[in-house]
Amino acid sequence: MDQQKMAEYWKKNLGVMVVLLSIWALVSYVFGILLVKPLNAITIGGFPLGFWFAQQGSIYVFVVLIFVYVVFMRKLDKEYDVHE
Amino acid sequence: MSILAWTYVMVGITFGIYIVIAVASRVKDVKGFYVAGASVPALANGMATAADWMSAASFISMAGLISFMGYTGCIYLMGWTGGYVLLALLLAPYLRKFGKYTVPDFVGDRYYSKTARTVALFCAIFVSFTYVAGQMRGVGIVFSRFLQVDVNTGVMIGMAIVFLYAVLGGMKGITWTQVAQYCVLILAYLIPAVAISTKVTGHIVPQIGFGSMITEGTHAGVYLLDVLDKLNTDLGFAAYTSAFGAGNKSMIDVFCITLALMVGTAGLPHVIIRFYTVPSVKAARISAGFALLFIAILYTTAPSVASFARYNMIDTLNDKPYQTAPSWFKNWENTGLVAWLDKNNDGVIQYRAGAPFEGKPGFEGETGSWGQQLVTNKPTVNDNELYVDRDIMVLANPEIANLPNWVVALVAAGGLAAALSTASGLLLVISSSISHDLYFRLINPQATEKQRMLLGRVMIGVAVIIAGYFGIHPPGFVAQVVAFAFGLAASSFFPIILLGIFSKRTTKEGCIAGMVCGILFTAFYIIQVNFMGVKPWFFGISAEGIGTVGMTINLVLTYVVSQFTPEPPQDVQDMVESIRYPRGAGEAAAH
Repeated sequence: MDQQKMAEYWKKNLGVMVVLLSIWALVSYVFGILLVKPLNAITIGGFPLGFWFAQQGSIYVFVVLIFVYVVFMRKLDKEYDVHE
Repeated sequence: MSILAWTYVMVGITFGIYIVIAVASRVKDVKGFYVAGASVPALANGMATAADWMSAASFISMAGLISFMGYTGCIYLMGWTGGYVLLALLLAPYLRKFGKYTVPDFVGDRYYSKTARTVALFCAIFVSFTYVAGQMRGVGIVFSRFLQVDVNTGVMIGMAIVFLYAVLGGMKGITWTQVAQYCVLILAYLIPAVAISTKVTGHIVPQIGFGSMITEGTHAGVYLLDVLDKLNTDLGFAAYTSAFGAGNKSMIDVFCITLALMVGTAGLPHVIIRFYTVPSVKAARISAGFALLFIAILYTTAPSVASFARYNMIDTLNDKPYQTAPSWFKNWENTGLVAWLDKNNDGVIQYRAGAPFEGKPGFEGETGSWGQQLVTNKPTVNDNELYVDRDIMVLANPEIANLPNWVVALVAAGGLAAALSTASGLLLVISSSISHDLYFRLINPQATEKQRMLLGRVMIGVAVIIAGYFGIHPPGFVAQVVAFAFGLAASSFFPIILLGIFSKRTTKEGCIAGMVCGILFTAFYIIQVNFMGVKPWFFGISAEGIGTVGMTINLVLTYVVSQFTPEPPQDVQDMVESIRYPRGAGEAAAH
C-alpha cells in the first residue's frame, strides 16, 4: 500500500479516537464531576442526574464507546486493506 | 445444611474445577507459558481480564466503601472502568501488533535502551508485588471468616492452589482458571444483589432498583436515594448523593483521583499483558470491550448494593433496642466487623456521624447487660455508638436479605475466586519480568527455551512464597501501597507507551527523563503524605490522586526532551510505523 493511503488510514483512526475520547471525558469528567452539582438539580426517576452519570451512566457509555471503536476500525481496516 | 458445611462444599467444588483446568492446560513452550500461545479467544480473554482485574478489594470492600462515601465513591467506579477505554483505543491494539511478551519488552525495544528496559522492569515488579500482598491477605481473611480456619492456614492453602495451576499451566492455565473464576465471582455477587433489590424496591435489576421507590416500611413510596439523603443528613452525615463540600473530597481531588486510577489501570502490567494473549489486533480491541462489559456488570451493581446496604443498616439498626436487633448483627459481632458501645446506657443503638471509639474493636469475651460484646476501646466524645466495618456490606448481604445458606457459601467462594484470579495474574507478571526481561533479555540472551521455562516456573514458585509471606505478615501499610501501585503505573508506563506509539520522534533520552522524574515526584509525594504525615501540599490533592500530576510531568518532559535529542534510529521508526497497521500480527508474536 502506498504512503499516502497509509497516512490517510492513520488520520481517520486518530479522528475517530479523538471523537470517542471526547465523549469519554464528557460523560465522566464533565457530567460526573465538573457539572455534577447543577446536573443534580435534574432528577430522572429517583436519580439526581449528575450522581447517575458518576455512578452508573459513565460506565455504560464507556462500554458502548469501545464497541463503537471496534466496529468502526473493523470497517476501516477492510477499506484500507490492512485487516488480518 | 449449615453455612459452614455449605462453604466447604462450595469452596471444594470450585477449587476442584481450578485444579482440573490446571492439569488440562499444561504448557511446554515459553510462548504458551508467557502469553498462552497468543491463542485465547476474545470472549474468554475478556472474562479472564475481568477476573484478573477485579480483586478481593473490588469484590468484598468496594460496595461498603461506596456506601460510606456516597457520591464520592464514583472515584472507584469511574476510575477502575474508564481506563479500559484508554486501553482499547490507545494501547491494546498497538501493543498486540508489536507482539512481544511483556511491558518492559516494548519499552526496551521501542526506546532502544537497556536502561529504559531496566527501569520498566523494576517498576513492573514493584507494582505487582505491592498489589499481590493484599490479595494473599484477602484469601486468608475469607478462609478465616467462612471456614473458621486460621488466617495463616488460609494463606497457605491459597498459595498451594495458585502455585499448582500457575506453575503447571503458566499463562494458559491462569487464563482458563480465570474464566471459571469470573463465572463464580459474578454469580456470587449478583444473586444477593438481585435478592436484596427485589426485597427493598420490588425490582429484580439492581441498577434500576437503585433509582426506584422503597416498597414497604416507614419509607414506602419514597425514592431510595431521597430516603438515604434524608437519613444521612438527619444523622449528621453529608447527604448521600451530594458532591464535594464538608465531609466530602474536593472537586479537584475527585478529578485527580479518578484520572490517576484510570490512567493507572491502563498502565498496570498485569492488565496490559492480557492483550498479548489474543490471536490478532482485532481480537485485542474487542476483548477490551468484553473485559469492560464483564467488569461493568459488577461495577454498576456495586453502587446499588452500597445504597441498599446502607438503607438496610440504618433502617434495621439505628434507634432500635439491641435486644431486637436482627440476628445477622449478632452473628457478625463475633468477627469484630460490627460492634456496639452503649455510651448512654439506654440499650438502644444510636448511629451517628463519627467514630464510636478509637481504633478497631477489641473484645475480651465479656458481654454487657443487653448481651452485647463489650469492647475494650477508649470511647470518643460524640454520640455515635455503632462501629461498622465496610466489608460487612457485601459479606452480610445474603443474611440481611434472608437468603439460604448456600448463597452465603457462594459469596465465600466468590471472594476467594476474586482474590486468587488477581493474585495469579500478578504472579505471572513477576515471573515473566524476572525470567524473560531480566534473565533472558539482559543477562543471558543465549538461554535455551528449556532453561527459560524452568526459570519461569521457579520464579512463580519464589513469587508465591514471597507473596504468601506478606500475606501472613502484612506490612502495616497495605492500604497505602495501593495508592503507590496506581500512582506509579500512571506516572511511569502510561505516558511513555502512549508517546512511543503516537510520536515517532520520542527518544530514549526523553523516555528515561520522563519516567524517572514522573516516578520520583509521585513516590516522593506519596511517601510525604502517607508515611511522614505531611499535609497534601499540592492543591490539596491526596496521595491517591497525585499520579495524575506525576503522569503530566512525565508526558511533558518526555515530549520536550525528545525534541532536543537525536531522533530514534530508522529501524525503531519503522517498527512504530508498522504497529499502526494491524496486518501481520499473527506472525509477529513468534520472535
